[in-house]
Amino acid sequence: MSSQTRDLLLRGGRLVDPSQGLDAVGDVLLRNGQVEACGGTLHAPDGADVIDCGGLVVSPGMIDVHVHLREPGREDVETIKTGAHSAAAGGFTGVCAMPNTKPVTDNQATVGFVKRQGEAAGYARVYPYGAISLGQKGETLAELGEMVGAGAVAFSDDGRPVESAHLMRTALEYARTFNVPIAEHCEDMSLARGGSMNEGIVSARLGLKGIPAEAEEIYVIRDILLAKRTGGHIHMCHLSTKGSVELVRWGKERGINVTAEVCSHHISLTEEEVEGYNTNAKMNPPLRTQADINALQEGLADGTIDLLVTDHAPHHYDEKEREFADAPNGIVGLETALGVNCTWLLRRGVLTLSQLVDAMSCAQAKIFHLPGGTLRAGSPGDVTIFDPEREWTVNAADFKSKGRNTPYGGRTLFGQARMTVVGGRVVYQAPA
Amino acid sequence: MSGVLGKDLLGLAQLSADQIRVVLDTATPLKEISLRQIKKVPTLRGMTIVNLFFEASTRTRISFEFAEKRLSADTVNVASAGSSVSKGETLVDTARNLEAMKIDMVVIRHPASGAAKFLAERIESNVINAGDGMHEHPTQGLLDLLTLRDRLGDLRGRRVCIVGDVLHSRVARSNIWGLTKLGAEVAVCGPRSLLPNAIEEMGVTVFSRVEEAIEWADALNVLRLQLERMEAGYIPSQREYNRVFGITRERLERAPRELLILHPGPMNRGVEIDSDVADGPHSVILDQVTNGVAVRMAVLYLLAGGRPEQAIVAKAGVP
Repeated sequence: MSSQTRDLLLRGGRLVDPSQGLDAVGDVLLRNGQVEACGGTLHAPDGADVIDCGGLVVSPGMIDVHVHLREPGREDVETIKTGAHSAAAGGFTGVCAMPNTKPVTDNQATVGFVKRQGEAAGYARVYPYGAISLGQKGETLAELGEMVGAGAVAFSDDGRPVESAHLMRTALEYARTFNVPIAEHCEDMSLARGGSMNEGIVSARLGLKGIPAEAEEIYVIRDILLAKRTGGHIHMCHLSTKGSVELVRWGKERGINVTAEVCSHHISLTEEEVEGYNTNAKMNPPLRTQADINALQEGLADGTIDLLVTDHAPHHYDEKEREFADAPNGIVGLETALGVNCTWLLRRGVLTLSQLVDAMSCAQAKIFHLPGGTLRAGSPGDVTIFDPEREWTVNAADFKSKGRNTPYGGRTLFGQARMTVVGGRVVYQAPA
Repeated sequence: MSGVLGKDLLGLAQLSADQIRVVLDTATPLKEISLRQIKKVPTLRGMTIVNLFFEASTRTRISFEFAEKRLSADTVNVASAGSSVSKGETLVDTARNLEAMKIDMVVIRHPASGAAKFLAERIESNVINAGDGMHEHPTQGLLDLLTLRDRLGDLRGRRVCIVGDVLHSRVARSNIWGLTKLGAEVAVCGPRSLLPNAIEEMGVTVFSRVEEAIEWADALNVLRLQLERMEAGYIPSQREYNRVFGITRERLERAPRELLILHPGPMNRGVEIDSDVADGPHSVILDQVTNGVAVRMAVLYLLAGGRPEQAIVAKAGVP
C-alpha cells in the first residue's frame, strides 16, 4: 500500500528499540513502506520528507492486542475506521480486534471482512481475532484453520470465559497446528454472575454484588495447567489480581507456554473509583485494590506480565448513563493508554523506557507473531514518535473514537503520541 | 430549597451525627400530630411530591404517603407496573419528565443500588431515598434509631446486633452507619454466606452464633429472610435457618438482660423470628411503624428548608 509514499527521514530522535538493544539518539529512514536504515546520522535522499524528532522518543510502532472495534454490529458505538483512527491518535500502529461482534467473528468470511475494513480505513493495522467457539457459546470449536487462512492472528471468546475445560484443552491442542495463541477471559461465572465491581469493602458499602478475585484466579490456574498438559500457548487477557500474577509467575517458572497482559486501568486505578456509582469505572474484570496494582506493576517489571493493553471498549453514552448494575462493562483506552502508562509506570520508575516500549510494542509483535515491533532494517515502516513527559489534560470530546466512556476525563497525564507512522506513511500527527 | 440536610437524603453514610440528631429531635414533637383527631398541619401546603416506586412496597410507601398528607403536600404515586417504565423508559428520562412537571420532591424506591443518587444528580427537586437495591434505606435507619433512642436514651455505648441477611440488606447498611455515628457498638450475626466478607472493615463485630449475640446485645434488629436467598443457594432451608439463627423465646430467656427486638418488616413468622417474640413484651416492632411516619415527616420538613427549632411551631400549623 505504501510503495507510492515518499521517503521519510525521522531525524535526531531518541531511538528506543529493545528488540535490538537500542537506546541512542539517531535517525530512521523509511522507504517503500519499510525501515531502510536505523541509527546514526543518515543522509536524507532527494525528495524525502524530513521530520525533526529532537527531544522525542522514536520507537517501533505500538501495538495493542486487545481492543473491541464493534464492527460488524454496533457501528453506532465504533467502527473499524473510527477505532483504527483512535488507535493511531494514541500512538498505535496495530491493534487486534476482539471477535465479540454481531454476528460473532467465528468464521473466515467475518475475519476477512474485519481485515479488509481495517485496510480500507488506512490508520492503524487491524488484525482480526477469531472466536474459539461458534457464536462464543462455549460448545463447538470454530474453524480455527480457516480463520487463520483468512487472517486471524489469535483466538478468544473474550467477554466470556470458555467454561468447558475440555473445550479449552481441545482449543489449545488444535491451535498448535497453526502456531497461534488462545487468549482467555478468565472468569468463573458461577462466582461472578451478577457482580458489577470488585468484591471487597467498597462493594459492601455500596451494596453492589462483588466479583471476587478468585473468579479470575481459578481460571488462570486451570488454563495454565491445561497449557502444561497440551503444550499449547495460553495468553491471559487483562489480568487484574495479585493472585493471578503469582499464578502466571508459577507457570512461567515451570516453562509452561503462558503469556499475559494487563490493562492500563488495572495498573493505575482502584475500586475506589466506583464510589458514587461511576459507570465509567465499571469494567470486567473490575478495578481492584492498591495491593493488586502493586503486584501487577511488579509483574510487569519482572516480566511475568508481558504486555500492556487497553481492552478498548466503546459504549454509547446512553448505555452508560444508567443504574450502575445495569450499565455495560468497559471503557475506551486507546487515546489515554500511552499517557496513563507513562504517568503511572515511567514517571514513578516502575518501568524503564525500554521496558515500556517492549511491553507496548516489541513483545506484542513477538507473542502474537505480528509484523513490526522492531526498527531493524527491512521491517515494516511502523513507528511511534512520542513525548514521554508532555503534560496534557484528557478531554473525551477530543477523542477520535466514538466512545467517550473514560474514567480519566479531566485528569492530567504525562506522555503523549506526537506522530504515528504506518507502512512509512504518517497516519496521525498531533496538533501543536 | 434546602436546609440542614442539604438537597437530598440519599443515605446515612453521608450524614453527620449532628444531622442525624436533628432529624430525630425534629421527629419527636411531630409524633403528636398523628395522635390528633384531625391529623393534618399546613406545613407543606402547595408542595408537590412524587412517590416513585420501582419495587413492591406497602409499609414504606404508605408511611411516606401519610407523612406527606399529614403535612398537607400534594402527592402522586407512581409504580413501575402500569407506568411508562414498563414501556422501557429509562430512569434518566423518567426523571427529566418529572422535573418538567415542576415538582418539589421525589421519594424513590428502586431495585438498583445507587438509583436515588443517580436521580438526585439529574434533577433539581429534593430526592429522598426510600430504599435503593442493597445500598441504603435511610428513613428506615432513622426510624430504628428513634425507636432505640426512645427506649434506651443516649445510644453511646449501647450494643445493637443486626441479625440475618446483612449481605443483601439496605436496612443493615443504614443501621450500621447511623448507629456507629451515634456512638453505639454494632455487631452483625448470621450465616457467613449472608454476611459481606469485608464486613469487619465497616467497624462492626461479627457473631457466628446467635446465642453469643443475644448475650452481648441491648437490642436485636432482626432482618427479613428473603425466600430468593434459598433459591440462590445461600442457605439450605428456612427450617435450618430458624433452628440456627431464629429469634425464639427460649433463646431470649437465656439473655443476661432485657433485649429490645426490632424488625423492619414484613416478618416471616417462624423463620427469622417466632411469633411469641414478635408479639411479646420486648418487641418494639409496631413502635417502629409509628415512628416511621414521624421520621418521614421530619425528613420532608427539613428537606423543604424547615428550621429544626421551628418544628414545634410547624406542628402548630404555622409554616
